[in-house]
Amino acid sequence: MATPSIVDARAIHKHFGALHVLKGVDLKVAERELVFVIGPSGSGKSTLLRCLNRLEEPSSGSIVVDGIDMLDPRTDINHARQRIGMVFQSFNLYPHMTALGNVTLALRKVAGKSRAEADRLGRAALERVGLADRSEHTPGQLSGGQQQRVAIARSIALEPRVMLFDEPTSALDPELVGSVLEVMRSLRMSGMTMIVVSHEMGFARNAADRVVFMDDGLIVEQGAPAEIFEHPAHDRTRAFIGQIQRH
Amino acid sequence: MSTWDRFVDTFFNGKVMAKYLPDILSGMVVTIELAVLIVITGLGAGLALALIRSLAIRPLNWLIIFIVDLFRALPPLVIIVLIYFGLPYADLSFSGFVSTWLSLALVLMAFSEEIFWAGITSVHKGQWEASRSTGLSFGQTLMNVVLPQALRLTIPPLTNRTIAITKGTALGTVVAVTEILGEASSAMSNSYNPSPLMMGAAAYLVLFLPVVVLARRLERKFAWKR
Ligand SMILES: Nc1ncnc2c1ncn2[C@@H]1O[C@H](COP(=O)(O)OP(=O)(O)OP(=O)(O)O)[C@@H](O)[C@H]1O
Ligand SMILES: [Mg+2]
Repeated sequence: MATPSIVDARAIHKHFGALHVLKGVDLKVAERELVFVIGPSGSGKSTLLRCLNRLEEPSSGSIVVDGIDMLDPRTDINHARQRIGMVFQSFNLYPHMTALGNVTLALRKVAGKSRAEADRLGRAALERVGLADRSEHTPGQLSGGQQQRVAIARSIALEPRVMLFDEPTSALDPELVGSVLEVMRSLRMSGMTMIVVSHEMGFARNAADRVVFMDDGLIVEQGAPAEIFEHPAHDRTRAFIGQIQRH
Repeated sequence: MSTWDRFVDTFFNGKVMAKYLPDILSGMVVTIELAVLIVITGLGAGLALALIRSLAIRPLNWLIIFIVDLFRALPPLVIIVLIYFGLPYADLSFSGFVSTWLSLALVLMAFSEEIFWAGITSVHKGQWEASRSTGLSFGQTLMNVVLPQALRLTIPPLTNRTIAITKGTALGTVVAVTEILGEASSAMSNSYNPSPLMMGAAAYLVLFLPVVVLARRLERKFAWKR
Protein backbone atom coordinates (compact mmCIF):
# COMPACT_ATOMS: atom_id res chain seq x y z
CA MET A 1 0.00 0.00 0.00
CA ALA A 2 1.41 3.32 -1.06
CA THR A 3 -1.12 5.43 0.80
CA PRO A 4 0.28 6.70 4.09
CA SER A 5 -1.41 5.19 7.12
CA ILE A 6 -3.35 7.53 9.34
CA VAL A 7 -3.43 5.07 12.22
CA ASP A 8 -0.27 3.11 12.90
CA ALA A 9 -0.40 0.96 16.03
CA ARG A 10 2.46 -1.42 16.68
CA ALA A 11 2.99 -4.25 19.13
CA ILE A 12 0.22 -3.11 21.46
CA HIS A 13 0.14 -5.01 24.72
CA LYS A 14 -2.39 -4.41 27.44
CA HIS A 15 -2.50 -6.05 30.85
CA PHE A 16 -5.28 -5.66 33.39
CA GLY A 17 -3.45 -6.91 36.45
CA ALA A 18 -2.66 -10.53 35.69
CA LEU A 19 -4.96 -10.55 32.67
CA HIS A 20 -3.11 -10.22 29.36
CA VAL A 21 -5.79 -8.74 27.10
CA LEU A 22 -3.83 -7.49 24.07
CA LYS A 23 -0.85 -9.62 23.15
CA GLY A 24 1.00 -7.61 20.55
CA VAL A 25 -1.49 -6.15 18.09
CA ASP A 26 -0.34 -4.34 14.94
CA LEU A 27 -2.92 -2.28 13.11
CA LYS A 28 -2.37 0.09 10.23
CA VAL A 29 -5.24 1.97 8.72
CA ALA A 30 -4.96 3.98 5.52
CA GLU A 31 -6.65 7.30 4.96
CA ARG A 32 -10.31 6.88 3.91
CA GLU A 33 -10.21 3.20 4.76
CA LEU A 34 -13.04 1.48 6.65
CA VAL A 35 -11.68 -1.31 8.80
CA PHE A 36 -14.19 -3.67 10.34
CA VAL A 37 -13.15 -5.56 13.47
CA ILE A 38 -14.83 -8.80 14.50
CA GLY A 39 -14.09 -11.40 17.12
CA PRO A 40 -15.55 -13.29 20.03
CA SER A 41 -16.57 -11.58 23.24
CA GLY A 42 -13.54 -10.82 25.39
CA SER A 43 -11.08 -11.00 22.50
CA GLY A 44 -9.95 -7.42 23.15
CA LYS A 45 -11.74 -5.44 20.42
CA SER A 46 -12.99 -2.67 22.71
CA THR A 47 -9.70 -2.53 24.55
CA LEU A 48 -7.86 -2.07 21.26
CA LEU A 49 -10.13 0.83 20.20
CA ARG A 50 -9.82 2.42 23.62
CA CYS A 51 -6.03 2.21 23.45
CA LEU A 52 -6.04 4.11 20.16
CA ASN A 53 -7.37 7.29 21.81
CA ARG A 54 -5.76 6.41 25.14
CA LEU A 55 -8.96 6.01 27.08
CA GLU A 56 -7.02 2.92 28.08
CA GLU A 57 -3.28 3.18 28.67
CA PRO A 58 -1.47 0.46 26.68
CA SER A 59 1.14 -1.46 28.68
CA SER A 60 3.57 -1.24 25.78
CA GLY A 61 3.73 -0.55 22.07
CA SER A 62 3.47 2.53 19.92
CA ILE A 63 0.51 4.38 18.48
CA VAL A 64 0.70 7.15 15.91
CA VAL A 65 -2.50 8.78 14.74
CA ASP A 66 -2.38 11.42 12.02
CA GLY A 67 1.31 11.91 12.71
CA ILE A 68 0.82 12.37 16.46
CA ASP A 69 2.63 10.01 18.81
CA MET A 70 -0.26 9.22 21.14
CA LEU A 71 1.90 7.63 23.83
CA ASP A 72 4.48 10.40 24.04
CA PRO A 73 4.04 12.08 27.43
CA ARG A 74 4.67 15.43 25.78
CA THR A 75 1.66 15.00 23.49
CA ASP A 76 -1.31 17.15 24.47
CA ILE A 77 -3.74 14.26 24.71
CA ASN A 78 -6.82 16.47 24.91
CA HIS A 79 -5.84 18.18 21.71
CA ALA A 80 -5.02 14.90 20.00
CA ARG A 81 -8.34 13.35 20.99
CA GLN A 82 -10.25 15.95 18.99
CA ARG A 83 -8.90 14.25 15.89
CA ILE A 84 -10.19 10.84 16.94
CA GLY A 85 -13.95 10.56 17.23
CA MET A 86 -15.42 7.77 19.31
CA VAL A 87 -18.92 6.34 19.30
CA PHE A 88 -19.99 4.03 22.10
CA GLN A 89 -22.43 1.17 22.33
CA SER A 90 -24.41 2.99 25.03
CA PHE A 91 -24.36 6.42 23.25
CA ASN A 92 -23.25 8.19 26.43
CA LEU A 93 -25.04 11.42 25.62
CA TYR A 94 -25.08 14.02 28.38
CA PRO A 95 -28.63 13.72 29.78
CA HIS A 96 -28.71 17.23 31.20
CA MET A 97 -28.10 18.92 27.86
CA THR A 98 -30.04 19.24 24.63
CA ALA A 99 -28.84 17.52 21.47
CA LEU A 100 -27.24 20.79 20.40
CA GLY A 101 -25.66 21.20 23.84
CA ASN A 102 -24.15 17.73 23.53
CA VAL A 103 -22.70 18.51 20.13
CA THR A 104 -21.34 21.96 21.00
CA LEU A 105 -19.74 21.29 24.39
CA ALA A 106 -16.34 20.22 23.04
CA LEU A 107 -16.52 22.80 20.24
CA ARG A 108 -16.71 25.51 22.88
CA LYS A 109 -14.49 24.04 25.58
CA VAL A 110 -11.80 22.34 23.52
CA ALA A 111 -11.89 23.84 20.04
CA GLY A 112 -12.37 27.30 21.55
CA LYS A 113 -15.29 28.35 19.35
CA SER A 114 -17.63 31.13 20.38
CA ARG A 115 -21.13 30.05 21.31
CA ALA A 116 -22.55 31.37 18.04
CA GLU A 117 -19.90 29.63 15.96
CA ALA A 118 -20.27 26.41 17.95
CA ASP A 119 -24.04 26.51 17.48
CA ARG A 120 -23.62 26.96 13.74
CA LEU A 121 -21.19 24.03 13.48
CA GLY A 122 -23.31 21.95 15.85
CA ARG A 123 -26.45 22.48 13.79
CA ALA A 124 -24.55 21.56 10.64
CA ALA A 125 -23.38 18.33 12.31
CA LEU A 126 -26.92 17.49 13.42
CA GLU A 127 -28.10 18.18 9.89
CA ARG A 128 -25.57 15.67 8.57
CA VAL A 129 -27.06 12.93 10.76
CA GLY A 130 -30.59 13.92 9.79
CA LEU A 131 -31.57 15.47 13.13
CA ALA A 132 -31.64 19.18 12.38
CA ASP A 133 -35.18 19.31 13.80
CA ARG A 134 -34.18 17.67 17.08
CA SER A 135 -31.52 20.11 18.24
CA GLU A 136 -33.50 21.30 21.28
CA HIS A 137 -34.53 17.82 22.43
CA THR A 138 -32.83 16.20 25.40
CA PRO A 139 -31.54 12.63 25.09
CA GLY A 140 -34.50 11.37 27.12
CA GLN A 141 -36.82 12.66 24.41
CA LEU A 142 -35.00 10.84 21.60
CA SER A 143 -35.14 7.24 20.42
CA GLY A 144 -32.04 5.06 20.74
CA GLY A 145 -31.26 5.46 17.06
CA GLN A 146 -31.61 9.22 17.27
CA GLN A 147 -29.42 9.31 20.38
CA GLN A 148 -26.69 7.38 18.62
CA ARG A 149 -26.87 9.75 15.66
CA VAL A 150 -26.50 12.72 18.03
CA ALA A 151 -23.47 10.94 19.48
CA ILE A 152 -22.04 10.63 15.97
CA ALA A 153 -22.77 14.31 15.37
CA ARG A 154 -20.96 15.15 18.63
CA SER A 155 -17.86 13.48 17.21
CA ILE A 156 -17.98 14.69 13.63
CA ALA A 157 -18.59 18.29 14.69
CA LEU A 158 -14.93 18.33 15.77
CA GLU A 159 -13.89 17.25 12.25
CA PRO A 160 -11.91 14.23 13.36
CA ARG A 161 -9.45 12.50 11.06
CA VAL A 162 -10.49 9.05 12.28
CA MET A 163 -13.66 7.69 13.82
CA LEU A 164 -13.81 4.72 16.17
CA PHE A 165 -17.12 2.87 16.56
CA ASP A 166 -17.53 0.32 19.35
CA GLU A 167 -20.64 -1.73 18.61
CA PRO A 168 -22.64 1.38 17.66
CA THR A 169 -25.84 -0.54 16.93
CA SER A 170 -25.73 -3.32 19.54
CA ALA A 171 -27.94 -1.50 22.03
CA LEU A 172 -30.59 -0.60 19.45
CA ASP A 173 -33.91 -2.17 18.62
CA PRO A 174 -33.60 -3.90 15.23
CA GLU A 175 -35.82 -1.38 13.46
CA LEU A 176 -33.55 1.49 14.54
CA VAL A 177 -30.27 -0.06 13.40
CA GLY A 178 -30.77 0.96 9.77
CA SER A 179 -30.83 4.70 10.44
CA VAL A 180 -27.50 4.57 12.26
CA LEU A 181 -25.85 2.39 9.59
CA GLU A 182 -27.18 4.85 6.99
CA VAL A 183 -25.35 7.69 8.72
CA MET A 184 -22.19 5.61 8.95
CA ARG A 185 -22.44 4.83 5.26
CA SER A 186 -22.75 8.50 4.37
CA LEU A 187 -19.75 9.28 6.58
CA ARG A 188 -17.80 6.72 4.68
CA MET A 189 -18.89 8.26 1.37
CA SER A 190 -17.57 11.60 2.59
CA GLY A 191 -14.16 9.98 2.99
CA MET A 192 -13.96 9.49 6.75
CA THR A 193 -11.44 6.95 7.98
CA MET A 194 -13.30 4.52 10.22
CA ILE A 195 -12.55 1.61 12.52
CA VAL A 196 -15.74 -0.24 13.36
CA VAL A 197 -16.28 -3.01 15.89
CA SER A 198 -19.67 -4.53 15.13
CA HIS A 199 -21.69 -7.64 14.44
CA GLU A 200 -23.46 -6.10 11.45
CA MET A 201 -22.05 -8.48 8.85
CA GLY A 202 -24.23 -7.09 6.07
CA PHE A 203 -22.72 -3.65 6.64
CA ALA A 204 -19.24 -5.19 6.68
CA ARG A 205 -19.83 -6.89 3.35
CA ASN A 206 -20.90 -3.83 1.45
CA ALA A 207 -19.09 -1.03 3.24
CA ALA A 208 -15.82 -2.37 4.68
CA ASP A 209 -12.51 -2.26 2.84
CA ARG A 210 -10.97 -4.73 5.22
CA VAL A 211 -12.17 -7.11 7.90
CA VAL A 212 -9.94 -7.86 10.87
CA PHE A 213 -10.61 -10.96 12.95
CA MET A 214 -9.37 -10.87 16.54
CA ASP A 215 -9.22 -13.69 19.01
CA ASP A 216 -7.63 -13.91 22.43
CA GLY A 217 -5.82 -10.58 22.22
CA LEU A 218 -4.35 -11.06 18.76
CA ILE A 219 -5.28 -10.32 15.16
CA VAL A 220 -5.69 -13.82 13.74
CA GLU A 221 -6.27 -12.79 10.14
CA GLN A 222 -7.43 -9.91 8.00
CA GLY A 223 -8.42 -9.25 4.42
CA ALA A 224 -11.16 -8.12 2.06
CA PRO A 225 -14.67 -8.88 3.41
CA ALA A 226 -15.46 -11.48 0.74
CA GLU A 227 -12.20 -13.25 1.41
CA ILE A 228 -12.66 -13.39 5.19
CA PHE A 229 -16.32 -14.33 5.05
CA GLU A 230 -16.15 -16.89 2.22
CA HIS A 231 -12.64 -18.29 2.55
CA PRO A 232 -11.27 -17.78 6.03
CA ALA A 233 -7.78 -19.22 6.38
CA HIS A 234 -8.13 -20.13 10.04
CA ASP A 235 -10.44 -22.56 11.80
CA ARG A 236 -11.13 -20.06 14.56
CA THR A 237 -12.29 -17.49 12.02
CA ARG A 238 -14.48 -20.04 10.27
CA ALA A 239 -16.01 -21.15 13.56
CA PHE A 240 -16.72 -17.57 14.60
CA ILE A 241 -18.28 -16.58 11.29
CA GLY A 242 -20.35 -19.75 11.22
CA GLN A 243 -21.63 -18.92 14.69
CA ILE A 244 -22.51 -15.32 13.81
CA GLN A 245 -24.36 -16.32 10.66
CA ARG A 246 -26.46 -18.91 12.45
CA HIS A 247 -27.86 -16.20 14.70
CA MET B 1 -62.04 30.32 83.15
CA SER B 2 -62.60 27.44 80.78
CA THR B 3 -59.87 24.91 80.07
CA TRP B 4 -59.43 26.42 76.65
CA ASP B 5 -58.99 29.90 78.04
CA ARG B 6 -56.44 28.67 80.51
CA PHE B 7 -54.59 26.90 77.70
CA VAL B 8 -54.50 30.05 75.60
CA ASP B 9 -53.51 32.16 78.58
CA THR B 10 -50.62 29.83 79.31
CA PHE B 11 -49.22 29.11 75.87
CA PHE B 12 -50.31 32.14 73.87
CA ASN B 13 -50.32 34.87 76.45
CA GLY B 14 -50.69 38.13 74.55
CA LYS B 15 -48.95 40.34 77.10
CA VAL B 16 -45.97 38.06 77.44
CA MET B 17 -45.73 37.64 73.69
CA ALA B 18 -45.82 41.36 73.04
CA LYS B 19 -43.17 41.94 75.67
CA TYR B 20 -40.71 39.39 74.35
CA LEU B 21 -41.37 39.74 70.61
CA PRO B 22 -38.33 42.03 70.09
CA ASP B 23 -36.10 39.45 71.81
CA ILE B 24 -37.41 36.65 69.63
CA LEU B 25 -36.92 38.79 66.52
CA SER B 26 -33.34 39.58 67.42
CA GLY B 27 -32.87 35.86 68.08
CA MET B 28 -34.18 35.23 64.58
CA VAL B 29 -31.61 37.58 63.12
CA VAL B 30 -28.82 35.72 64.92
CA THR B 31 -30.20 32.36 63.77
CA ILE B 32 -30.41 33.57 60.18
CA GLU B 33 -26.86 34.90 60.29
CA LEU B 34 -25.62 31.62 61.72
CA ALA B 35 -27.61 29.52 59.26
CA VAL B 36 -26.45 31.44 56.21
CA LEU B 37 -22.82 31.25 57.30
CA ILE B 38 -23.09 27.53 58.08
CA VAL B 39 -24.78 26.66 54.79
CA ILE B 40 -22.37 28.65 52.63
CA THR B 41 -19.16 27.56 54.31
CA GLY B 42 -20.30 24.01 55.13
CA LEU B 43 -21.57 23.16 51.66
CA GLY B 44 -18.69 25.02 50.02
CA ALA B 45 -16.11 23.10 52.02
CA GLY B 46 -17.96 19.81 51.48
CA LEU B 47 -18.04 20.32 47.73
CA ALA B 48 -14.38 21.34 47.70
CA LEU B 49 -13.41 18.18 49.62
CA ALA B 50 -15.45 16.01 47.24
CA LEU B 51 -13.76 17.61 44.23
CA ILE B 52 -10.32 17.12 45.77
CA ARG B 53 -11.25 13.52 46.52
CA SER B 54 -12.09 12.94 42.85
CA LEU B 55 -8.46 13.68 41.97
CA ALA B 56 -7.74 10.29 43.59
CA ILE B 57 -4.56 11.29 45.43
CA ARG B 58 -4.24 8.48 47.96
CA PRO B 59 -2.84 10.14 51.11
CA LEU B 60 -5.09 13.15 50.59
CA ASN B 61 -8.13 10.91 50.29
CA TRP B 62 -7.27 9.06 53.49
CA LEU B 63 -7.08 12.39 55.24
CA ILE B 64 -10.42 13.51 53.80
CA ILE B 65 -12.11 10.25 54.77
CA PHE B 66 -10.69 10.53 58.30
CA ILE B 67 -11.91 14.11 58.74
CA VAL B 68 -15.30 13.32 57.29
CA ASP B 69 -15.81 10.24 59.46
CA LEU B 70 -14.67 12.14 62.53
CA PHE B 71 -17.16 14.96 62.13
CA ARG B 72 -19.96 12.63 61.19
CA ALA B 73 -19.38 10.54 64.29
CA LEU B 74 -19.09 13.30 66.89
CA PRO B 75 -22.31 14.84 68.23
CA PRO B 76 -22.43 18.52 67.18
CA LEU B 77 -22.85 19.60 70.80
CA VAL B 78 -19.55 17.94 71.71
CA ILE B 79 -17.79 19.78 68.88
CA ILE B 80 -19.25 23.10 69.98
CA VAL B 81 -18.17 22.53 73.57
CA LEU B 82 -14.69 21.40 72.50
CA ILE B 83 -14.17 24.46 70.34
CA TYR B 84 -15.61 26.93 72.84
CA PHE B 85 -14.13 25.54 76.05
CA GLY B 86 -11.24 23.46 74.73
CA LEU B 87 -9.48 25.60 72.15
CA PRO B 88 -8.69 28.45 74.58
CA TYR B 89 -6.17 26.02 76.15
CA ALA B 90 -4.43 26.06 72.78
CA ASP B 91 -4.49 29.86 72.90
CA LEU B 92 -7.32 30.03 70.41
CA SER B 93 -10.53 31.44 71.70
CA PHE B 94 -13.69 31.92 69.73
CA SER B 95 -16.95 33.55 70.71
CA GLY B 96 -19.99 31.35 71.21
CA PHE B 97 -21.28 32.54 67.84
CA VAL B 98 -18.09 31.60 65.99
CA SER B 99 -17.81 28.30 67.88
CA THR B 100 -21.34 27.34 66.88
CA TRP B 101 -20.78 28.43 63.29
CA LEU B 102 -17.49 26.51 62.95
CA SER B 103 -18.84 23.37 64.60
CA LEU B 104 -21.97 23.09 62.51
CA ALA B 105 -20.12 24.09 59.34
CA LEU B 106 -17.64 21.27 59.97
CA VAL B 107 -20.50 18.80 60.50
CA LEU B 108 -22.28 20.00 57.37
CA MET B 109 -19.00 19.83 55.46
CA ALA B 110 -18.53 16.22 56.50
CA PHE B 111 -22.04 15.08 55.63
CA SER B 112 -22.24 17.05 52.40
CA GLU B 113 -18.84 15.79 51.26
CA GLU B 114 -20.18 12.24 51.50
CA ILE B 115 -23.33 13.21 49.62
CA PHE B 116 -21.46 15.11 46.89
CA TRP B 117 -19.00 12.25 46.59
CA ALA B 118 -21.78 9.68 46.27
CA GLY B 119 -23.31 11.85 43.55
CA ILE B 120 -20.03 12.15 41.65
CA THR B 121 -19.33 8.41 41.76
CA SER B 122 -22.88 7.55 40.72
CA VAL B 123 -22.41 9.25 37.35
CA HIS B 124 -21.86 6.55 34.77
CA LYS B 125 -18.29 5.92 33.60
CA GLY B 126 -19.48 6.31 30.02
CA GLN B 127 -20.11 10.01 30.67
CA TRP B 128 -16.46 10.52 31.59
CA GLU B 129 -15.34 8.54 28.55
CA ALA B 130 -17.56 10.36 26.08
CA SER B 131 -16.39 13.71 27.36
CA ARG B 132 -12.70 12.81 27.57
CA SER B 133 -12.83 11.26 24.08
CA THR B 134 -13.89 14.62 22.66
CA GLY B 135 -10.87 16.24 24.27
CA LEU B 136 -12.30 17.76 27.44
CA SER B 137 -9.82 17.68 30.31
CA PHE B 138 -10.48 15.98 33.64
CA GLY B 139 -11.49 19.28 35.22
CA GLN B 140 -13.69 20.35 32.31
CA THR B 141 -15.42 16.98 32.36
CA LEU B 142 -15.96 17.20 36.10
CA MET B 143 -17.42 20.70 35.92
CA ASN B 144 -19.48 20.49 32.72
CA VAL B 145 -20.57 16.88 32.54
CA VAL B 146 -20.28 15.07 35.86
CA LEU B 147 -21.06 17.70 38.48
CA PRO B 148 -24.35 18.90 36.96
CA GLN B 149 -25.59 15.31 36.95
CA ALA B 150 -24.21 14.61 40.41
CA LEU B 151 -25.82 17.72 41.92
CA ARG B 152 -29.22 16.72 40.65
CA LEU B 153 -28.97 13.46 42.58
CA THR B 154 -27.64 15.16 45.67
CA ILE B 155 -30.31 17.82 46.07
CA PRO B 156 -32.85 15.79 48.07
CA PRO B 157 -30.42 14.28 50.62
CA LEU B 158 -28.47 17.51 50.75
CA THR B 159 -31.46 19.68 51.63
CA ASN B 160 -32.52 17.24 54.33
CA ARG B 161 -29.07 17.29 55.89
CA THR B 162 -28.70 21.02 55.53
CA ILE B 163 -32.00 21.70 57.26
CA ALA B 164 -31.29 19.20 60.04
CA ILE B 165 -27.85 20.63 60.73
CA THR B 166 -28.94 24.25 60.45
CA LYS B 167 -31.60 23.61 63.09
CA GLY B 168 -28.65 22.67 65.30
CA THR B 169 -28.03 26.40 65.69
CA ALA B 170 -30.26 25.96 68.76
CA LEU B 171 -27.28 24.24 70.37
CA GLY B 172 -25.64 27.66 70.45
CA THR B 173 -27.60 28.36 73.68
CA VAL B 174 -25.08 26.29 75.62
CA VAL B 175 -22.32 28.72 74.68
CA ALA B 176 -24.51 31.76 75.26
CA VAL B 177 -25.46 32.52 71.69
CA THR B 178 -28.63 34.60 71.71
CA GLU B 179 -30.35 32.80 68.85
CA ILE B 180 -34.07 31.96 68.77
CA LEU B 181 -34.13 29.17 71.30
CA GLY B 182 -31.78 31.01 73.67
CA GLU B 183 -33.96 34.12 73.61
CA ALA B 184 -37.11 32.05 73.98
CA SER B 185 -35.92 30.06 76.96
CA SER B 186 -34.56 33.05 78.85
CA ALA B 187 -37.83 34.87 78.16
CA MET B 188 -39.66 31.82 79.41
CA SER B 189 -37.79 31.72 82.69
CA ASN B 190 -38.16 35.47 83.18
CA SER B 191 -41.90 35.43 82.55
CA TYR B 192 -42.71 32.07 84.13
CA ASN B 193 -44.76 31.43 81.00
CA PRO B 194 -44.14 29.14 78.01
CA SER B 195 -45.57 31.55 75.42
CA PRO B 196 -42.10 32.70 74.26
CA LEU B 197 -41.34 29.10 73.40
CA MET B 198 -44.39 29.06 71.13
CA MET B 199 -43.09 32.21 69.49
CA GLY B 200 -39.76 30.51 69.06
CA ALA B 201 -41.46 27.55 67.42
CA ALA B 202 -43.31 29.92 65.09
CA ALA B 203 -40.02 31.65 64.29
CA TYR B 204 -38.45 28.34 63.27
CA LEU B 205 -41.45 27.60 61.04
CA VAL B 206 -41.21 31.01 59.41
CA LEU B 207 -37.51 30.42 58.75
CA PHE B 208 -37.49 26.84 57.62
CA LEU B 209 -40.76 26.33 55.75
CA PRO B 210 -39.67 28.56 52.85
CA VAL B 211 -36.40 26.62 52.71
CA VAL B 212 -38.26 23.32 52.44
CA VAL B 213 -40.49 24.72 49.70
CA LEU B 214 -37.50 26.13 47.85
CA ALA B 215 -35.77 22.75 48.07
CA ARG B 216 -38.77 21.08 46.50
CA ARG B 217 -38.70 23.62 43.67
CA LEU B 218 -35.02 22.95 43.08
CA GLU B 219 -35.62 19.21 42.95
CA ARG B 220 -38.25 19.70 40.27
CA LYS B 221 -36.08 22.07 38.30
CA PHE B 222 -33.20 19.62 38.19
CA ALA B 223 -35.27 16.57 37.32
CA TRP B 224 -34.84 16.19 33.58
CA LYS B 225 -36.35 13.34 31.67
CA ARG B 226 -34.06 10.32 31.42
N1 LIG C 1 -11.05 -2.13 32.93
C1 LIG C 1 -10.85 -3.47 32.90
N2 LIG C 1 -10.36 -4.12 33.98
C2 LIG C 1 -10.15 -5.45 33.96
N3 LIG C 1 -10.40 -6.23 32.91
C3 LIG C 1 -10.89 -5.65 31.80
C4 LIG C 1 -11.15 -4.25 31.74
N4 LIG C 1 -11.64 -3.95 30.50
C5 LIG C 1 -11.68 -5.13 29.84
N5 LIG C 1 -11.24 -6.15 30.61
C6 LIG C 1 -11.12 -7.55 30.20
O1 LIG C 1 -10.38 -7.60 29.02
C7 LIG C 1 -10.87 -8.58 28.16
C8 LIG C 1 -11.17 -7.97 26.80
O2 LIG C 1 -12.24 -7.07 26.94
P1 LIG C 1 -12.82 -6.24 25.73
O3 LIG C 1 -13.90 -5.41 26.28
O4 LIG C 1 -11.72 -5.56 25.02
O5 LIG C 1 -13.42 -7.40 24.82
P2 LIG C 1 -14.33 -7.28 23.54
O6 LIG C 1 -13.63 -8.02 22.48
O7 LIG C 1 -14.67 -5.87 23.29
O8 LIG C 1 -15.61 -8.09 23.99
P3 LIG C 1 -17.17 -7.80 23.71
O9 LIG C 1 -17.46 -8.37 22.34
O10 LIG C 1 -17.86 -8.58 24.77
O11 LIG C 1 -17.38 -6.34 23.81
C9 LIG C 1 -12.09 -9.19 28.83
O12 LIG C 1 -11.69 -10.38 29.45
C10 LIG C 1 -12.46 -8.17 29.85
O13 LIG C 1 -13.05 -8.77 30.97
MG1 LIG D 1 -16.43 -4.71 23.42
